[in-house]
Amino acid sequence: MNETRSTPTPNHRAASQRPAEVSRRDFLGEITMGALGVAGLGGAALTYQYFSPNVLFEPSTNFRAGNPDLYPVNSVTFLQEQQVYIVRTSGGFYAVSAVCTHLGCVTQWKPEANIIACPCHGSKFEPNGKKIEGPAPRPLPHFSVTLTADGELLVDKLQVIKADQVLNV
Amino acid sequence: MATSFHTAIESLRATRVWKSIFRRGPAITNRTRSVAVFGNLFLHWLPVKVLEKSLRTRAAYYLGSLSFLLFLLLVITGVLLMFYYHPAAPNAYRDMKDLRFVVSNGVFLRNMHRIAAHLMVLLVFCHMFHVFYRGGYKPPHEFNWVIGVVLLLLTLFLSYTGYLLPWDQLAFWAVTVGTNIVSAMPVIGSKVRFVALGGNIVGENALLRFYVLHVVILPLLAFLFIGVHFWRVQKDGGLTVRSKDDDGKN
Repeated sequence: MNETRSTPTPNHRAASQRPAEVSRRDFLGEITMGALGVAGLGGAALTYQYFSPNVLFEPSTNFRAGNPDLYPVNSVTFLQEQQVYIVRTSGGFYAVSAVCTHLGCVTQWKPEANIIACPCHGSKFEPNGKKIEGPAPRPLPHFSVTLTADGELLVDKLQVIKADQVLNV
Repeated sequence: MATSFHTAIESLRATRVWKSIFRRGPAITNRTRSVAVFGNLFLHWLPVKVLEKSLRTRAAYYLGSLSFLLFLLLVITGVLLMFYYHPAAPNAYRDMKDLRFVVSNGVFLRNMHRIAAHLMVLLVFCHMFHVFYRGGYKPPHEFNWVIGVVLLLLTLFLSYTGYLLPWDQLAFWAVTVGTNIVSAMPVIGSKVRFVALGGNIVGENALLRFYVLHVVILPLLAFLFIGVHFWRVQKDGGLTVRSKDDDGKN
């Protein structure tokens, strides 16, 4: 055995081009560390997946808001569970988020002052979501409102639309 | 009297049980005193000798020890509160109300936990300011200063996770606002918020997550870092920050 080990292996390349010799111990050590690193990254990814729930017991982002006749013309109606205002003007319907764009508190409709106000840090908005004063950085977003086949309002909170889009009924 | 006490101790030391626990003779010489300290899990990180000037302390030197005592008090009262608390909605709020109005001495324990928590945040900050103005972040104490900053963060996280557990309006909106601040982080903000809450809103998942962090993960981390902190105080040469213009004349 010793004899075969000491026999020089056939060398097709010049010595200068040959990569540095790696001992078997170092090679196995590097393989092991690499495998552990891959396993560690995989473990981190699996842990992240584990902590991201797949099923949420939260109010649906897509909901029916009832018959349009429920809402008088020139009214703002707060839907508590969905945290949305259904606003009806003479021009039609739109849905405005009730969640303050500052830090996520739920705002309140103040009919006597004709504003939407946030109780946490005092942001104020017009009924169409336009910001009157901060600290909120952005206006309240508008959600898509459509009519279902049986004539009910359907709000989709995942579809943010432009503030000038109004549903005529 | 003294001799009978002495003989009682001596006969206790002669018992097999005592010898199996301590495996050494009485600590009467410098060597046996050192062996007593080295051979004890709870004392082995203490130095065998302490500089006299590091024992001459002002009241402000006790801020760290008081923080630690409050931490122990919070662990004890917190474990007792756990016997009546369910981390679920709507039980959590009812259990908190029960602790205040129904459970014998519940209001005492709850308030002790609550007020001790507020005091601990205050004292930890006082301790940090005291160490800072004494120059306690300078060599050889740099590493222990960093450990201290970790402990400050752990104190704040413990305080914040405990804030949600009463499950009242204050808790709900405080955590809503706080986690929205987290989501302002660039790129990963909303993901971090989603994982921290276990959802998009502060719900039962969030309550359970904060509970586990509050009663298991953060206290264990705190114990670990407190251990390193105390050990490094001794290894860095005691409490006194030695400098030319303040040679232990406290």
